[in-house]
Amino acid sequence: MTEASTKQVAASREAEELATRPKIVGASVKRTEDPRLLTGKGAYVDDRKAAGMLHVAFRRSDHSHALIKSIDCSAARKADGVVAVFTAEDMSEVNAVFATSRMKNYYATPITGLATDKVRYVGEPVVGVIARSRYLAEDALELLDIAYEPLAVVIDPEEAAKPSSALLHEEAGTNVLCSREFKTGDAEAAIANAAVRVSGRFRFHRKTPTAMENRTYLAEYEPGRDELTLYTSSQVPGIIRDALSDALDMPGSQLRVIAPDVGGGFGGKASLYPEEIFVAFAARRLGCAVKWTSDRMEDLAATSQGFDQIVDAELALDAAGNAVALKAEVIGDVGAYSIYPWTAVIEPVQVVSFLPGPYKIANYHGRVRGVATSKPPTGPYRGVGRPTSTFVTERLMDMAAQRLGMDPVALRLRNMIQPDEFPHRIGSGIIWDQCAFTECLNAACAQVDYPNLRARQAEARAAGRWFGIGVACYAELTGIGSRISVAPGMPINTGTETAKIAIDSTGAVTAAFGVTAMGQGLETTLAQVVAEHLGGRVKDIRVIQGDSAAVPNATGSYASRSAVLAGGAATLAAKEVKEKIIRAASHLLETAPEDLIVEDGKVSVVGTDRALTFRQLARAVYLEMGRIPADKREELTSTKTYDPVFGTSATAAHLAVVEINPDTYEIKLERFVVAEDCGRLINPMIVDGQVHGGVAQGIGAALYEEVVYNDEGQNVTASLVDYIIPTATEVPPIDVVHIEAESVTTLNGFRGMGEGGTIGAPAAVANAVADAVAPLGIDILELPISPERLFRLIENSKNHKDPSHGHET
Amino acid sequence: MSEPVLIRITVNGVDYERSVEPRLLLSDFLRNDLGLTGTHVGCEHGVCGACTVLVNGDSARSCLFLAIQLDGAIVETAEGLGTAHALHPVQKAFHDCHALQCGFCTPGMLMTTIDLLRKSPLANDEDIREGLSGNLCRCTGYQNIVRAVRQAADELKVAQTDEAVS
Repeated sequence: MTEASTKQVAASREAEELATRPKIVGASVKRTEDPRLLTGKGAYVDDRKAAGMLHVAFRRSDHSHALIKSIDCSAARKADGVVAVFTAEDMSEVNAVFATSRMKNYYATPITGLATDKVRYVGEPVVGVIARSRYLAEDALELLDIAYEPLAVVIDPEEAAKPSSALLHEEAGTNVLCSREFKTGDAEAAIANAAVRVSGRFRFHRKTPTAMENRTYLAEYEPGRDELTLYTSSQVPGIIRDALSDALDMPGSQLRVIAPDVGGGFGGKASLYPEEIFVAFAARRLGCAVKWTSDRMEDLAATSQGFDQIVDAELALDAAGNAVALKAEVIGDVGAYSIYPWTAVIEPVQVVSFLPGPYKIANYHGRVRGVATSKPPTGPYRGVGRPTSTFVTERLMDMAAQRLGMDPVALRLRNMIQPDEFPHRIGSGIIWDQCAFTECLNAACAQVDYPNLRARQAEARAAGRWFGIGVACYAELTGIGSRISVAPGMPINTGTETAKIAIDSTGAVTAAFGVTAMGQGLETTLAQVVAEHLGGRVKDIRVIQGDSAAVPNATGSYASRSAVLAGGAATLAAKEVKEKIIRAASHLLETAPEDLIVEDGKVSVVGTDRALTFRQLARAVYLEMGRIPADKREELTSTKTYDPVFGTSATAAHLAVVEINPDTYEIKLERFVVAEDCGRLINPMIVDGQVHGGVAQGIGAALYEEVVYNDEGQNVTASLVDYIIPTATEVPPIDVVHIEAESVTTLNGFRGMGEGGTIGAPAAVANAVADAVAPLGIDILELPISPERLFRLIENSKNHKDPSHGHET
Repeated sequence: MSEPVLIRITVNGVDYERSVEPRLLLSDFLRNDLGLTGTHVGCEHGVCGACTVLVNGDSARSCLFLAIQLDGAIVETAEGLGTAHALHPVQKAFHDCHALQCGFCTPGMLMTTIDLLRKSPLANDEDIREGLSGNLCRCTGYQNIVRAVRQAADELKVAQTDEAVS
C-alpha cells in the first residue's frame, strides 16, 4: 500500500468514526452546575454579603383596598439599629414604571417601589425600614403607625367588571384592564345547527409559583462612580436592568443586574417587582449595600400569582364526532396591577389564544376580559394561560366523547390536525408548524397498552372501584422570534438572543448569553451546543448567563425560549469562531483549511498526528507575534444574534391513571405518562427532569394548590401548610416518551420545552378523575379538585339528578 | 431584648464558641454567623425542609431551633459531606441521577437522605418517598431524587455486605 493510500484509508476511517460517534448534542451529559450546588457552595443572592450591608423589612398593607391617610414613622426611625425609614413620598425622584402595550382596550397601571396614596392588595409594600440587621428592621415595623380609610373590597372578578363596581384605578375608569376577541367563521350559527353540544362553566383557581428560594435582592452601590449592581433572584436580569435604567434615570453602563444561582422561578421571578425598585433606590440614596430577603409569607402574599380564570365554553360536533365550533367567554382575575413587562394581558389572552389547541375547528369565537381585583397581580406562571385552555378544551373533548359514546382517544385522533395538514392556522390566528399531535397521542397510548388499560378499568368498575383514565393533548408556541411578542403588543423585544463566544489567550472558551438559568441546567446544555459546533470539550467551556452586562441586549429566560434562542445564537457564534480557528491553524500548520478538523479542543490535520490544542493555537494567535501574518491575524471571538422570526411549537400528550378511595375521596395517581415532542433533544436527562417537574406542578394545580382570598381580601393560604404543593408521596412515577420531531423552523431543530409538563397535567388529571366518577354522573369543571370538592359534587349529584348533565349552558 | 448568651457548638467537626442573641435561629446562625450558606431557608415555618441539618445525628429543621438550644450540640450540614472534587456517595448519587435542578432544596434533601440511610431499611421506593415527604422540591417531581436515594442505599448495602464478608 502506498503512503497516499494509507493516508486515504486512515482519513476515511476517521470520517467513519466521526459519523458513528455519539454527538455532544443529544447526550445525557451530567450537569456542570451540580458539584457546587451539592456541596453547599452555590451562590444564591441571600448567600452574598457586602461590607456594611444594611437590611430591609417592608411594612405591607393589611387592607385589601384602602386610602393611606397618614404614616407616622417617627418611633420606627428612633428604633435600635434603624438607619432609615422610607415611604413613597421619599421616593419622588424614582419614576413609575408602566407595562405599556400597543394593544387596544388596555390600561397600564403604574408600578412603584411603595404604595402611593392607596393600597390595592393585602401584602402591598407601604413602608421600607432599613436597619443593621433583618431582625432589627422587622422589630421596627411594629412601631410604624399607618392610618387607612378602607374602600370597597374588590374580590369577585365578575362583579368587578360591572360599571357599578368600586374602581382600583380611578384613572382607568373601569376595572377591565384589557379585553380582546378572536373570531373565525361563525361559531354561533355552527353551534345552533350542530348535532352534539357540550358546555360548561370552567374554573381554574389562582395558584402561586412557589419557587423554593424566596425572592431576594441585594443592591451594591459605589458612590464615587454612581455605579449600582443589583443581585436579584430573577429570571430576567436584562429586563430588570432596562426597567431600572428608566426608573432611576441611570445609564446601563452604570447599572448592572446579576442573577447568580437562582432557586427556581416558574414565572414568579420573571417580572419587575416593587421590592427590586426599592432596594436599588435605597442603596443609591444611602450610598451603601442594601439587601431584602423575602420570607415565605411575603412570597405567598406578594409574588405574582397565576391563572385564575372563569371560562364559559361550548363545543359543538357533528353526529360523527367532528368538531365544528368552539365558543368561549373568559374572565381573567388579573389582580391589582398590570405586571411589568408582560402586562395584565398575558394570562387571560393566552387562554383564548390557545383554546382551539391541536384540533381542526372551523368556527371559533373567543372573548376575554382581564379584570382588576384587590389581590396581588397575576403574572406568568409556568404554562401561562395554556394550563387553563387545555383544561377546558380537553374536558370538553371528554364530555363530547361521553355524549357520543366514543372512546376519548379516538375522538381526539379524528379531530387532530393530521401530519400532512401542517402548517395549520387555528381559529385564534396561531399557526402551528409541523407538530407531532397524533404521534404523541399514539405513543402515550402505546406506552400504557391503552386497550388493555381500558379492559382493566372495566374490571375495576365491575368491582365497584373508582378507577379513571385521562388524556390531554396540547401545543404551545415556543422559542418565539421577533415577529411575535410573548405578550401581545408588548414593546420589548423577546424574540432575539445573543451569544458572545471568545477563546482567550490561555485557550479557554467563554460563552456569554443574555438568558438566565433558574435550575434548568443552561450552563450544561449551552456548553453542549457550543462544544458541538466549535469542536470543543464541554468541560472546557465556561458559560456566562444571568448577567445584564454579558451582552448588549439581554432579557432572560421565560416562555420556553432559552434552548431555541440561546442555542441558536450559540450555534452561529461557535461556527464563526471555528472558522477563525481553522484559518489561524491553516497558517500555523501550513495546511489547506479543508484538511483541518476541529474536535475535542484541538485542531488537527486530517489523517496525521499533527495538531494544535486550543491553548497552543491561542498562544500563537495572541502572544507569539509573527507566526501569523499581521494582516491575517484575527481574534478568536464572535458575537452573533439569533432570531427565529416566528419561532416554533412544542407538543405533548399526557395520560393519567387514577384511583379514588370511595370512603375518603383521596385521589391517588397510579401512573403518569408523557409523550412529548420538544424537537431535537440537547440533553435527554435534563429534558426528562423538566417534564417530571412540570408534571408535578400540574398535579399540584389539579389536586392541591389554590390561593384563597376571603371576602375581606385576606389571603387565607399564606403558609405552606395552607398552600399545599405536592410532596414525594403525591407524585407518581412518570414515564417520558420522546418523539423528537425536529423543528424545521429553528436552527438545530430545537423546540423548547420548559413549560409543557404544567400545561398538560392538570387536564389529564381532571379527565382521569372525571372518568373515574363518570358512572356517578358528575363532571369536573373546577380545579383543584380537592377531596372536599369531589365529595360535595358527588353528594350534590345524589340530591339533584340533573338530566342535562354534560351541557348545562 | 435579652442579653447575648455564650454557646459552644460543633459544626462539621469544627468547635465554635459564639455569643448569640437568644432569639437567633439556628439557620441564621449557621448562615450569617458561621458563613455556612449551604443550609438554605425556604419557609421559616418548618414545612419545606430546605434548612434540614443533623443535630446530634438526627435530622432537624434549623429554622425551628434557636441557636442557644444547641449549646454543646454536634451539627452537620451539607458543607460537611464531600467536596466538589470528591463528592460524598449521596452527593454523587444525586449528581448521577440528575436529582437536583435549582439546587435550593438539595442540601436539606441530602441531610434527610443521610438520616434515612442511617436509620431506615428503605426496602422499596414507597419507603423512600415516605422518608422524603417532609422535604419539598418544586423542580424535579421527586422521581430522580427517589432514584438517587435508591442508588445510595444500594451502594451502602453492598459496602456493608463487603465489610461483613471481609
